[in-house]
Amino acid sequence: MKQKKKWYDFLWIVSLSYLILGFFNILFAWLGLLCFFIPLIIAIAGGNKAYCNKFCGRGQLFSLIGGRFGLSRKKDIPKWLKSAWFRYGFLIFFFVMFFMMLWNTYLVFAGTKDLNTAVTLLWTFRLPWRWAYHGTLFSDGVAQFAFGFYSVMLTSTVLGLFTMVLCKPRSWCVYCPMGTMTQLICKAKHVTSSRKK
Amino acid sequence: MIKRKAAVSIRECAACGCCMKICPKRAITIHKGIYANVNKDLCVGCGLCAKECPASIITLEVTEQ
Ligand code: SF4
Ligand code: SF4
Ligand code: SF4
Repeated sequence: MKQKKKWYDFLWIVSLSYLILGFFNILFAWLGLLCFFIPLIIAIAGGNKAYCNKFCGRGQLFSLIGGRFGLSRKKDIPKWLKSAWFRYGFLIFFFVMFFMMLWNTYLVFAGTKDLNTAVTLLWTFRLPWRWAYHGTLFSDGVAQFAFGFYSVMLTSTVLGLFTMVLCKPRSWCVYCPMGTMTQLICKAKHVTSSRKK
Repeated sequence: MIKRKAAVSIRECAACGCCMKICPKRAITIHKGIYANVNKDLCVGCGLCAKECPASIITLEVTEQ
């Protein structure tokens, strides 16, 4: 009855490694751009959500920990969490925070601000992360971006784990900004074809 | 004969594909990255997808056949 496992069913290992590498050298955080651009490229070029449906290691990680290992109450998520206004609102909020992070990086690049070797969790809590900083390449800004991007990734993982435990394993996928964005792109792409139906 | 088939609330669907992955009959596809589409001919009404869906928007509807 079970569907056969494919190579991409193991991409959760990549996601897990990414999170772990960030504890050793923050510059690895740059690799995270892959799970930013790949889904966008698939959605824009292919017009589908194959990334979510097949390749996303984070979603797999949640279904593994919450599903296989049972670390989840498996309860329905609250209604507001799946409402359109929350999903789109969260996407916008995420974008605003993302651009603030980019702006911060720019300031460090420009030399107006000093490098801050902290990881900001949930946009509020500054965790000292100096141990993972072993110098940078080219400019302090390169490291600043790594800290900023890793903050984004860690924050979304923590939020995802939180809702995984409280609700269903992959609850994060309901309000995941990448998921919402790729779905929006697909909707936009198929506006004409779906109108015909 | 009365049968139960999975029905998706399309408007609320996040197109995450969890339901597609779990379905033993491969009855679900993600339509153009927008919503989950159930092939009623393949669906046997086991309810696995309804359990798996993180948004809990799949219900089993009774259909006469
Ligand atoms: S919704 Fe987000 S976490 Fe879930 S599969 Fe898609 S990109 Fe991954
Ligand atoms: S009820 Fe069972 S057979 Fe029907 S779509 Fe859901 S998982 Fe597949
Ligand atoms: S699991 Fe639920 S939200 Fe995800 S694609 Fe299926 S019906 Fe839609």
